[in-house]
Amino acid sequence: MSTSSGSPESWISSFCSLLGHEYFAEVSEEFIEDDFNLTGLQSQVTMYKEALEMILDVEPEDDEDDDDEEDEDEEDISGDGRDGLAGRHERRHHSRIASDLSVIESSAEMLYGLIHQRYICSRAGIQQMSEKYELSHFGVCPRTNCNQTRTLPVGLSDTPGEDTVKLFCPSCLDVYVPPNSRFQTVDGAFFGRTFGALFLLTFPDYDLTKSGNEQLANLTRADEMVNINGMWARNIAPGLGKGRVYEPKIYGFRVSELARSGPRMQWLRKKPDEITVLDEARQFGEDGESDDDDESMDVSGRAVAGRRRPGNARLKRQAQNGSPMAIEANGAESEL
Amino acid sequence: MAGMDDFVSDSDSDYTSYWRDWFISSRGNEYYCEIDEDYLTDRFNLTGLNTEVQYYQYALDLITDVFDLDCDDEMRETIEKSARHLYGLIHARYIVTTRGLAKMLEKYKKFDFGKCPRVMCHSHPLLPMGLSDVPHQKAVKLYCARCEDIYNPKSTRHSAIDGAYFGTSFHNILFQVYPALVPQKTTERYIPRVYGFKVHAAAALVRWQHKDRAEMRRRLRKMEVESGFDKLDGEEDEEDEEEDDDEELEDAPEQNPAAVVQYRGAGEVATLQ
Repeated sequence: MSTSSGSPESWISSFCSLLGHEYFAEVSEEFIEDDFNLTGLQSQVTMYKEALEMILDVEPEDDEDDDDEEDEDEEDISGDGRDGLAGRHERRHHSRIASDLSVIESSAEMLYGLIHQRYICSRAGIQQMSEKYELSHFGVCPRTNCNQTRTLPVGLSDTPGEDTVKLFCPSCLDVYVPPNSRFQTVDGAFFGRTFGALFLLTFPDYDLTKSGNEQLANLTRADEMVNINGMWARNIAPGLGKGRVYEPKIYGFRVSELARSGPRMQWLRKKPDEITVLDEARQFGEDGESDDDDESMDVSGRAVAGRRRPGNARLKRQAQNGSPMAIEANGAESEL
Repeated sequence: MAGMDDFVSDSDSDYTSYWRDWFISSRGNEYYCEIDEDYLTDRFNLTGLNTEVQYYQYALDLITDVFDLDCDDEMRETIEKSARHLYGLIHARYIVTTRGLAKMLEKYKKFDFGKCPRVMCHSHPLLPMGLSDVPHQKAVKLYCARCEDIYNPKSTRHSAIDGAYFGTSFHNILFQVYPALVPQKTTERYIPRVYGFKVHAAAALVRWQHKDRAEMRRRLRKMEVESGFDKLDGEEDEEDEEEDDDEELEDAPEQNPAAVVQYRGAGEVATLQ
């Protein structure tokens, strides 16, 4: 699972094996060592340099030794007769280091989280998260009609300290509180707002209808290969729509919408029976010009372009180099 | 069975522990409320259950603490099992009575059935419910009155309980009897985004759903029925409707929201650096 080249006892792997840190991927050292990936984090984390050294298991001994020597030198210069003062000074110096250590430790966790937010949106990181997803590391959706769909960890904010980590269900496009309270200490910003949706765009071929304890498969059947708005039609909120909306009943009779306690929230779980209704751009194309042959050809041409070969889609993407931003924009095909 | 042993030893001692007391306080049975003695002794309330439960009379005796049959452990275990099943079936009937509803309401207010896992429901208390009134079909589920959806219990010891012990009607009857308890509905929802931009497939579905909601609210307004959404949401909704109208006029559905988001996205980048 781990792509990090660090030793098994590295700070990163010990951090990721802590209780409650099961959702974290192990950020590769190459990613952290690239300064570009850390742009702007310096101002967000106190004792940034020390925290970074801790994450990378770089021993800051050399620095400290230098400091000590300098201190000693200074003391030597200031006078030999004041041993007591020098001793006190040294003790103070050590206690400062001890208290700093806990500050650095928490800074390192914060810094790791913020790097993690960026890492899981990178090519290597999202690949690593997909392996964790396949192993159901992120749990399943608690909603009954979602049939135990696997979820993805997300944040509701990219700023740390605002909210804890949540679980995004691709089947009902909603977010849930993780069932175990140990995740209520994990900051949502360490996963970020982007990861959940980006994951679905990066790996469009997962069969989202497969439940947590079933093997994930790539979509294959030809009749299911309809692409709408940049996603396979079958993968657009499979947990919603007809038969997946709860209908309140009393002794078998449906509760009327006109009752004070009648259903008001069914829209949240609805989906058009015919999913192509959502292909607004295509509809516009068909509605706008239905008389010209050129136009219909354009429409069919787009439909063909929207069809991807399922098997090698991921491979193709892996073969490209660069950031996940470089992936062909999803939904762009259906743009007019 | 440990539970069984507890019961036997308890009844052997001077201390009298009622079977129902023991049953509802044992682990995994937190969802049940205690059925009144009066309800249990009225045969009318138990109509038809004698065909559902093996050793019906012994099981009922056990529940009402008048069981005094001398039998082997195996028989006792069978009767014990029947008693638990019978209690569940009576429970489904009891909780829709006035007293039963009041008891379950107390438990609801104490969050005895847990909180809604949906983030936008902000830990609204849940109610137990069944997807079938026939036993041995489906396990118990939890209903959230705020999002009007059903969820699986977190704990496996609860997900083993038969849904028929709560029934398909109870939670809906509760809100018919106590309409003041119907929670305020919210239009607040999660919208998947990538770097601040809405994702096309999800955004198109959200637009469709919001149109559906606007239609419902128009229907309700026409019939002069309170929709139950809070005022703030109402204003948002008006905007939504306008937005929808704008989109229809412009014939470029993705343009408008994207422009707004783009601006917001830029702001975020600025704060990061």
